[in-house]
Amino acid sequence: MGRFRGLAALALIIALLPLALPNNYYYDVAIRIGMNAIIVVGLNLLIGYAGQISLGHAGFVGLGAYASAVLSSRFGWPPLAAMLFGMAAVGVIAFVVARPILRLRGHYLAMATLGLGIIIYMVLVNESAWTGGNDGMSVRPFSLLGLTLASERAWYWVTGAVLLGAILLANNIVDSPVGRALRAVHGSEVAAQVAGIDTTRYKVRVFVLSAVFASAVGSMMAHYLGFVSPQVSSFFHSIELVTMVVVGGMASTYGAVLGAAILTTLPQLLATFEGYEMITFGLILMLTVIFLPRGLLPTIAARLRKAG
Amino acid sequence: MLSQTLQYLFSGLTNGAIYALSALGFSLIYNASGVINFAQGEFIMLGGVAAVLLTSAGVPLPLAILLAVLMVAVVGLLLEKFAIEPAGDADVVSLIIITIGASIFLQGVAQVVFGKGQRALAPFTGDAPIVIAGASLLPQSLWMIGTGAVIVLVLAWFFGRTRLGKAMLATAHNRLAARLVGINTRHVLALSFVISAALGAIAGVVSAPITLTSYDVGIMVGLKGFVAATLGGLGSGVGAVVGGLILGLMEALAAGYISSAYKDAVPFALIILILFFMPRGLFGARVTERV
Repeated sequence: MGRFRGLAALALIIALLPLALPNNYYYDVAIRIGMNAIIVVGLNLLIGYAGQISLGHAGFVGLGAYASAVLSSRFGWPPLAAMLFGMAAVGVIAFVVARPILRLRGHYLAMATLGLGIIIYMVLVNESAWTGGNDGMSVRPFSLLGLTLASERAWYWVTGAVLLGAILLANNIVDSPVGRALRAVHGSEVAAQVAGIDTTRYKVRVFVLSAVFASAVGSMMAHYLGFVSPQVSSFFHSIELVTMVVVGGMASTYGAVLGAAILTTLPQLLATFEGYEMITFGLILMLTVIFLPRGLLPTIAARLRKAG
Repeated sequence: MLSQTLQYLFSGLTNGAIYALSALGFSLIYNASGVINFAQGEFIMLGGVAAVLLTSAGVPLPLAILLAVLMVAVVGLLLEKFAIEPAGDADVVSLIIITIGASIFLQGVAQVVFGKGQRALAPFTGDAPIVIAGASLLPQSLWMIGTGAVIVLVLAWFFGRTRLGKAMLATAHNRLAARLVGINTRHVLALSFVISAALGAIAGVVSAPITLTSYDVGIMVGLKGFVAATLGGLGSGVGAVVGGLILGLMEALAAGYISSAYKDAVPFALIILILFFMPRGLFGARVTERV
């Protein structure tokens, strides 16, 4: 029961939201929310369910974005092929580094993923012959079978559809034996091992999956914005992504969507106060973890259940 | 050739001293609380920024340094009281995120007070370089290396010879046992934040004349300090110093002989390789997890 209720509710929100969006600026915010939500739904599988932190996920977003940018704009690949190639390449990279990295625990894992993200960022900045360096590069629009995705409205529907697909996939994983194994790993890795779970294999799988999600969104962002810069893979962006997971609610897929919505809208509201944006961001991060350690949505849900 | 290598060694030791101080800060807090304080780099930034603001307001340099270090130590105490203590025994991921939040918050405050630009502090004793065997060394570099060495000696005396230092070591080894013999472990926790913040501020003040300072200098120095601490093995004081110096030297040599563009990537590539083969760093203790 309730497995598809959340999904249906979200689909309804996505379908009705355009009625309340007055102009392209609001569409743009909605699209950014959707794209971040896709990454965060994937990242939440890793952080919320498996209990493994990644401080380098923006690196995977950057790799996807630049795979699309370089292959489609410099080599004339069809955008879809470039995007799929990026996802495959990121999947392979994530798979290769996952085993040694996920063997690490706690702070050492944080350190290694952080290092990975920073190295990717520096490669994107320094290989300027390919990437345009700090100035970034322009990307041609996404087109498929002669149709070009150009308007905000078109991107809105595509992003909404991909988000629903991503959530469906994530929910399936959470409810499958893999999901139970992941939660066991989160509870106590040694106990999970004793119960016969190949913990590393499950952690690797979910790490690769979340990296591929990030890469796909990177490609979408590159085509949507028509521009990429190394900032997509910066340490700060990685932190933003983790923040969305934490604020929305660890181990709650819809919480992740909520987190993405709040933290994508907030900078838009605060953009006029330079510096105060960071102050607010930092405060939200600290206060949420201290006072709502389970995140916004799970806390609200628990309150409602108690009240009802 | 020789003079060039010597030049790289000088710059490596100069930066290495700062990384070592940063790494010591990480290790101190980690020992007392099991927390990796991602805001450690902000202590360094705040030290430099506060000193620049105070001197440009007309405060004489020695007094400005003293005040800057005191102010940052208070920030460290507040961080512990208002962010770390209320979290209780949250898990590692939550604690990491709290300190990252604190780091972003402090950067925001610095940006509002200090602005976005870069500023330098005046060198303590002039800027005429000293030439040794063809390699030149700024007097400020000597201040940085010397300050690092003095602090290491003071800390060694503190932890080896004083009651309070030994109480902190005991807490690091086993918090419950420390409490049983009458050590106030909450004071130890607060003290570790104060000392780490002061260490960071000192590092920030002595390096500000060379590296310049701005609201965002803390991130890189902090992360590299974390790399140095991990390299030496989290929680090991000797490891932190050795890790910091190794990191500074590797970075300077890589910048000189391999690629200066990838200089900042060196620590991170190094730490990933080391963690792959030695998951607990060079001097880290083996710990078994209790289930």
